[in-house]
Amino acid sequence: MNLLLKLLPLALFVALAGFLAKGLTLDPAELPSPLIDKPAPAFLVARLPRTPEHSAAQDFNSNELAGQVWVLNVWASWCGPCVQEHPYLVRLAQQRSVPLVGLNYKDQPADAQQWLARLGDPFTHLLDDRRGDVGLDWGVYGVPETFVIDHEGRVRYKHVGPVDEASLLEKLLPIIDELQNEAG
Amino acid sequence: MIPELGQFALILALCTAVVLAVVPLAGTITGHTGWMAMARPAAGAQAFFVSLAYACLTWSFVTHDFSVLYVANTSNTSLPLIYRLSGVWGGHEGSILFWCFISALWTAAVAVFSRSLPQVLLARVLSVLGFVSIGFLLFVLWTSNPFERLFPVPIDGASLNPLLQDPGMAIHPPMLYLGYVGFSVAFAFAVAALIGGQLDSATLRWMRPWTNIAWMFLTVGISLGSWWAYNELGWGGWWFWDPVENASFMPWLVGTALIHSLAASEKRGVFKAWTVLLAVLAFSLSLLGTFLVRSGVLTSVHSFAADPTRGLYILLFLGVVVGGSLLLYAVRAHKLTSTASFELLSRESALLVNNILLVVASAAVLLGTMYPLFVDALGYGKMSVGEQYFNAVFVPLMLPILLIVGLGAMLNWKRDKLSGRAVPLAVLGVASIVLAALLATQLLSFKMSAVASLSLAIWVTASTVYGIVHRLRNKRKRLSAVLHTPAAFWGMSIAHVGLAVFTVGVALTSIYTEEQTVRMELNDDHSVGGYSFTFTHLDEVRGANFDAIEARFAVSRGNAELGDISAQKRFYDVRQDTMTEAGIDAGLTRDLFIALGEPLDGGSAWSVRIQTKPFIRWIWLGTLFMAAGGLLAALDRRYRKVGVPSTTSDRTARPALRSDKNGQGSSASIPVTTRVSAPGGQTGL
Repeated sequence: MNLLLKLLPLALFVALAGFLAKGLTLDPAELPSPLIDKPAPAFLVARLPRTPEHSAAQDFNSNELAGQVWVLNVWASWCGPCVQEHPYLVRLAQQRSVPLVGLNYKDQPADAQQWLARLGDPFTHLLDDRRGDVGLDWGVYGVPETFVIDHEGRVRYKHVGPVDEASLLEKLLPIIDELQNEAG
Repeated sequence: MIPELGQFALILALCTAVVLAVVPLAGTITGHTGWMAMARPAAGAQAFFVSLAYACLTWSFVTHDFSVLYVANTSNTSLPLIYRLSGVWGGHEGSILFWCFISALWTAAVAVFSRSLPQVLLARVLSVLGFVSIGFLLFVLWTSNPFERLFPVPIDGASLNPLLQDPGMAIHPPMLYLGYVGFSVAFAFAVAALIGGQLDSATLRWMRPWTNIAWMFLTVGISLGSWWAYNELGWGGWWFWDPVENASFMPWLVGTALIHSLAASEKRGVFKAWTVLLAVLAFSLSLLGTFLVRSGVLTSVHSFAADPTRGLYILLFLGVVVGGSLLLYAVRAHKLTSTASFELLSRESALLVNNILLVVASAAVLLGTMYPLFVDALGYGKMSVGEQYFNAVFVPLMLPILLIVGLGAMLNWKRDKLSGRAVPLAVLGVASIVLAALLATQLLSFKMSAVASLSLAIWVTASTVYGIVHRLRNKRKRLSAVLHTPAAFWGMSIAHVGLAVFTVGVALTSIYTEEQTVRMELNDDHSVGGYSFTFTHLDEVRGANFDAIEARFAVSRGNAELGDISAQKRFYDVRQDTMTEAGIDAGLTRDLFIALGEPLDGGSAWSVRIQTKPFIRWIWLGTLFMAAGGLLAALDRRYRKVGVPSTTSDRTARPALRSDKNGQGSSASIPVTTRVSAPGGQTGL
């Protein structure tokens, strides 16, 4: 019994080392989306009014964007990293003419409006997914996530976590350019 | 030429490390004194060669030798000298070389300051250190050579990550490394004790200052990292539970347990096997931290060099060092029996409970850090563990620790009676709560959580003061009693007060911080937490190697003008990185923190994050106290008068009688001069 107790630290370490070894074969940053190169899930969802005074326009149908390259950003006002990525979304919207669709995920409309009023609103379309239904269809793990969809309506790229300088310049912008060229 | 010299020196260092690891240890087995005597010169030679290699790399940085790949990657002609010197450890290859450098210096220091140790023990200890050294030197030479040449030679380098261009960040890694590597000394002693099958109080006493110093460096290193994050990351947070932060925090927690357990083992002869286990764990967690940072197994804001080969190497090394020493522990720990007994109500009990709580806390941090990996490796998908988990687990563990720190400081060793203590305990306890409630309501506003944490902080302080008074109560000559109280006692008291100060800082900052992110145009003003901030200036500024936009805010409270705060957004030339340099008006009772977000509406307005953070300075003030306490305790004269075996008595033997004067006589019942018996080694020189 006593020996077993003394072997416990070693046993725990061996288990840990096993996981570490397995971990070496995994890429923690990689979050494969089963949607890559698959048709993007179509959706019909309420728009989020830009300010409390506005009343909501009619629902948004994802088919509206058929034929163009567009970007879907899943965000929420309760999400810290969203604040961090926000300036890069602003830059994205300034530097490329692609529809930037902001899916406000599991959020209170009032909070979301305040958040946008404070930081600025880079979104072409602002959608209200307060129950998270659209997010579920898209396989959203956490917020923020960003998808790039090509002119044929296929998901071509997925970025998990906040967009930063490097991912904007090295991934998102080049991919958007490439897809826009593809579309001709 | 110089880089090749460095490379050559590294290879020679590896050779000496092999000699150090093998020859003295073989000597302890065969009883060959000459082999054992090789330990000290080999340690010296290793330190010389590693230092030479380190100096060569530094030279390449100073002279802008961009034909060296590592220099080209981490330095640049416009980089100021100070950051070229710190740039040596600013990247992966250099930081591992730096680890070897520190390790060689610690080993040499052990060799120099340990003349009084029995030769067999010293030979074992230095061999273990040599073995660890082999691991890291091989790692440098094999997977991370900092002297690799680059051809064609670039005209200019890529420059140091601007995150690291900050005085605090420049010395943060060395401090951490001094701490990590410092634990290798306690580790080597623990392994030597397991091999020898005995651990006497003279050896334990000898381990204490080394462990204290390592712990002190780790404390300073972690604090600097937190300080830097607060100043540079622009979020106003001071701790993020990031995997890399956790990697340094776990050995700290176990190291804290270790220095306390060492005290109990040395003074009372208890917990010996436990102390050895903690020494092994503290260093193992340091190595694990290195693995996590260097292998890219976990994502982190600190993500440094991620390279699976390097990861695989460290994992194998970890397996040999940690697995080997834990196996040794399982087989040999029964030899390290504790001699003394103690009762439930005693300082030993208090130390043991807190030791366990610290280890549990460390395990909880480990679990949270590794959980995403576990889930991923088992194929359950991806997930991350956030601050909520750590706070939810950690805070409930820390509160009893604080309670028991106070209690332990008041209890006697071996046994104590409640009858004599109940009244002062109750008085101090009630007084702490009342004072905390008064302070919280008068200075800030009443919140239960604030009162609870303040009470515990006051309790720790009060019990520390009580401990001091109690110690001096029967002394007739107060001044001489104070002067003769050992430094270790003062160090402990200061560190405990530091813990209290730290608790106040953490609690009040997290409970009372007010924060707003607002859109501000020039001349706008905004109020947060009773302070008014007016956006008065917006200028472009040129720094040494960056352009910056500087925003100035005038601060006032009521009618009182409190001066200006400037916050910058910096754009570094070479790497095109953007950095937020927060503007902070520091104060003992509150910080005003402003960070610039992004320009809005084409630059006519900015998003500005304003925070008022009560008592946040106390966090680092507390850690400073802890570090000072650790240092002071390590300098205790008592540690320099270790019992001396006959072979080297001419150099270091001092009359052991003096030890009674330093006030230890009453609590330490163990004879101060303990003859260290060393089986099979004392054949004489």
